[in-house]
Amino acid sequence: MILKPLFFYLFSLLTIGSALMVIASRNPVHSVLFLILAFFNSAGLFILLGAEFLAMILVVVYVGAVAVLFLFVVMMLDVDFVELRQGFLQYLPVGALVGIILLAELIAVLGGTLLAPDLAGSGAAPIPPVDQMSNIAAIGALLYTKYVYFFQAAGMVLLVAMIGAIVLTLRHKEGVKRQDVSAQVARSPETAVEVVKVETGEGI
Amino acid sequence: MTEMATLPSLAPLTVELLLAVGAMVLLMFGVFTGERSAPTITGIAVALLAVAVLMLAVMDNNGLTFDGAFIMDPFARFMKILTLIGSGVAIAMSVGYARAEKFERFEYPILIVLATLGMLMMISANDMISLYLGLELQSLALYVVAAIHRDSVRSTEAGLKYFVLGALASGILLYGISLVYGFTGQTGYDAIVAALAEGRSTGLVIGLVFVLAGLAFKISAVPFHMWTPDVYEGAPTPVTAFFAAAPKLAAMALIIRVVIGAFEPVTADWQQVIAFVAIASMVLGAFAAIGQTNIKRLMAYSSIGHMGFALVGLAAGSKVGIQGVMVYLVIYLAMTLGAFACILAMRRHDQMVEDIDALAGLSRTQPLVAFCLAAILFSLAGIPPLAGFFAKYYVFLAAIEKGLYVLAVIGVIASVVGAFYYLRIVKIMYFDEPDGEFDPMPMELSAVLGISGVFVIGFLVFAAPIIAAAGAAAASLF
Repeated sequence: MILKPLFFYLFSLLTIGSALMVIASRNPVHSVLFLILAFFNSAGLFILLGAEFLAMILVVVYVGAVAVLFLFVVMMLDVDFVELRQGFLQYLPVGALVGIILLAELIAVLGGTLLAPDLAGSGAAPIPPVDQMSNIAAIGALLYTKYVYFFQAAGMVLLVAMIGAIVLTLRHKEGVKRQDVSAQVARSPETAVEVVKVETGEGI
Repeated sequence: MTEMATLPSLAPLTVELLLAVGAMVLLMFGVFTGERSAPTITGIAVALLAVAVLMLAVMDNNGLTFDGAFIMDPFARFMKILTLIGSGVAIAMSVGYARAEKFERFEYPILIVLATLGMLMMISANDMISLYLGLELQSLALYVVAAIHRDSVRSTEAGLKYFVLGALASGILLYGISLVYGFTGQTGYDAIVAALAEGRSTGLVIGLVFVLAGLAFKISAVPFHMWTPDVYEGAPTPVTAFFAAAPKLAAMALIIRVVIGAFEPVTADWQQVIAFVAIASMVLGAFAAIGQTNIKRLMAYSSIGHMGFALVGLAAGSKVGIQGVMVYLVIYLAMTLGAFACILAMRRHDQMVEDIDALAGLSRTQPLVAFCLAAILFSLAGIPPLAGFFAKYYVFLAAIEKGLYVLAVIGVIASVVGAFYYLRIVKIMYFDEPDGEFDPMPMELSAVLGISGVFVIGFLVFAAPIIAAAGAAAASLF
């Protein structure tokens, strides 16, 4: 298959290119948009790997929630990114150091699985091979059977969080005029129109 | 595709399901009917908790389910009944207060029911993940009810303080759990015990200490007690009554099950931590309460001290010790609810009074209330033949049986020091000149006070079945 490497290079190049543009572009809104592009292309890479669940989570959570939140913050707050970027060269050595450490760690992790390949299948719930079961089915089979209690308990925690947020912040304002459709529809000409007999030269 | 998985047995968590479904139905009912349904929902919530107590009392649904994440045994049954009683009485006691202070909100009883659900899950937790989820469900609901009187600055401050410190404690707990998982490879209690059979590593002990620190926060044991007086003082009084009762019992049950169920092979390690926390709590509870003038702060220090006494029994680590802790918790629940029934009745001209001096001359204005409160205070001080004496007697007995003489001696000294501030309130009630009358006591509060008073005075009559039940429950842990 020639198509798979082709798509791999397409997605990879676009990811790296848009990641560079995130830090290079002058307009912060463009940065966030390039970030979204990078997320989409990484999702494509995940699909090529057979990890479609991660790909969907990436799009739903990172693009749908996180990046849009960034966009809101960038557009709402007046952050002067040009000024922030003033000391770019000054911070370059520290940034490079952090980058190198991160790279070394990534290599160590990857090297670990290469050195000891038997570790790959030794989790509490090892992932079945991709050709036997799609990983969404694998996660579902685990989440809704073995961990169903935890899943439901987490749901209750989120429910309490939602109730709490509403209880502590929602205020019903007095005197706000709201539309009441049923009251509007129920009106008849008798209740809506008042017929007034006007005397000549008197006014109402 | 996989074959259909069989549904795990749901029988052991019947009561939890009842509370979860009940809370959600009540929530829907409240949302659609609005604020005016608050009294109805309060009534139904109390009935729901009462039904749960009955179900626990008559059903026989012991068992392990969800791959060992949830356990129902006589210990869980005993502690769940206590917790449900604490929550139910706390909701019932809030009715008059909510009406007078105009914060009748239908979410309040629902949040208490959800917190109670979290407590039941904590008591039944047999896995680190279910422990954490139960704890978080309970804590989150408690943060909200602490701040539920949101127009009061003190209430919101209490809620925020509790939330920030609680989040910190959760972080510490999770860190400990992750260390335990890292050094044993397991989260289930039984599996952790099996993994510890080959001996322990130092990393596990660090994890154990972090777990105990996170849990000590929840029972407000020294040195993680700082939030207690502020939160007790700031939260609305019925919420304080709730905080002092049910969550303490559930967290104590959780600690007992963790140390006995999961860390039994390293008993010597956790014993030191528990003994230190017990001593520090008893001493601080006794000395720091002396200078208090606000009765809610005083009760906060009193509860810190009492948790210390209860931990003495746990430090013994024996079946008799656990039995002692459970008897202690029964008596603590009765005394706390009775004392808070009195505090909630301290209203003058439609205003809460929280000053201890306001109780002056209560024996002349409301002799019966004064008598009951005096009995409860004598019992809190541990004076025989009242209930509080037996509570302390059993835990100290267990400590001495295990040779923990220092712990027992310090406990007795702290108990004597603590007696001072309880007796001071009795003195104010009986020998000081009255400076005004309280508003008449609402019926539900006098009922709680009466029952509590009868229990405390006549404990010897009820003692035998309670001690036997606690013994059977404690035996199921070993």
